[in-house]
Amino acid sequence: MPLPTRDVIGILTDNLRLRGSVLPIPARRATRWARELDLPRGGETVLYTGMMYQLIPYIERLVRLEQRLGDSPLARFSGVARRVNRFVNGAALIARPSAGERAEYDRVPTNVAKLLQQAGVEFGYLYEDDLYSGALAHDLGADAVVATHAQRVARSFREHGVKEVITIDPHTTTMLRTVYPTLVDDYDVRVRSYLEVLAERAVPAQTQLSGTVVLHDSCVYARYENVVSEPRDLLATTGLTVVEPTHAGKLTWCCGGPAEALYPDKAAAVASRRVEQLGAAAHDCVTMCPICLVNLRKSAGETVRFRDISEYLVEAGGDHAKRSQI
Amino acid sequence: MSTVVHRDLADELRLIGSYDAEACMNCGVCTAVCPLEIALLPRRLFRYVELGLADRVRDESETVFSCLLCRACEESCPAEVHITENVRVLRHWLLEGSH
Ligand code: SF4
Ligand code: SF4
Repeated sequence: MPLPTRDVIGILTDNLRLRGSVLPIPARRATRWARELDLPRGGETVLYTGMMYQLIPYIERLVRLEQRLGDSPLARFSGVARRVNRFVNGAALIARPSAGERAEYDRVPTNVAKLLQQAGVEFGYLYEDDLYSGALAHDLGADAVVATHAQRVARSFREHGVKEVITIDPHTTTMLRTVYPTLVDDYDVRVRSYLEVLAERAVPAQTQLSGTVVLHDSCVYARYENVVSEPRDLLATTGLTVVEPTHAGKLTWCCGGPAEALYPDKAAAVASRRVEQLGAAAHDCVTMCPICLVNLRKSAGETVRFRDISEYLVEAGGDHAKRSQI
Repeated sequence: MSTVVHRDLADELRLIGSYDAEACMNCGVCTAVCPLEIALLPRRLFRYVELGLADRVRDESETVFSCLLCRACEESCPAEVHITENVRVLRHWLLEGSH
């Protein structure tokens, strides 16, 4: 049996309310990639990660822990854990992934920044003010906590003079673009996914890649934010042969990830159906959401290889030689 | 078992957010396309709400919280019910509602 729903949600929302993130990770560590690229602080246009990719290894660790706890009498103590979590940075203590586990997810924001630079987009970064968007708490119906958090993010945009935000994942995109305007008065920020920004610029690839990949659309990009043609247009420039699975575009099939925190067994069943559909089309699958990536990969084992779309775009954008040596 | 009828339940949910489940025609398309094959959501659950059967809704919390909010159902719903927003409103009510 999973941990009692109310307490799991409580732990997540306490973290958001008290620490500005569902899972607390030190801001310095989470923004190291931007310092390495020497991204300027602030600006009218900013790249905003919402910490989604960087949080994934921590969520994975926490879910594994929950699964172990869920079957044990310790589950009864999750209420106590929640009270303790209010005072101690509990999730950070128990859910610390290795450097190797973090590396791939930390690489995606770097990929996106390089792609935007190659396309001639000028942008800055908010460093410690690049906060989690509150997507999970919103999904769980914790509306009051999310409203307060949205005000905090919007205030930081105002203070930094931000007019345009470029996002890197679908969940942050829909929160900042569609949900925040319903929660924050006079919210006047243009929000676009980097996929939309890059597709609009239509920069030709420097290197042609070979191979066949199947594209897995994110439910949130496709059905919430109408981002369907952009990833296809971008992949078309890379030389890759892109095939469509059963259930593609607006009719995509969920990766199961949204059920992971509360009902991992249900999440696994949905993921396994999707892996079958994708594997029937090609061995290599392109994802564009960190939740899809982690959930499908876990389900597939060795049967299908999953990579984020930014990895392919960076390789085709001229960074291939450098990347291959890593 | 006695069933407590909570007549204003739908009104209470409409105060929380944009709850529009009364438009549901009970056709079953949502269940047919749902990756979790949720038979209860949204048709029966929405009916419980319209009838004010608050305790039945509460008994089904696991179903309400397991929905993926993936919108496969919404994409095909002939009545254009905002199913996922209704689910979110129910979650809010279950977590924090005045019941
Ligand atoms: S598809 Fe729409 S109208 Fe049909 S049962 Fe589901 S919610 Fe109701
Ligand atoms: S949003 Fe929920 S009910 Fe609708 S198809 Fe997805 S999992 Fe099923």
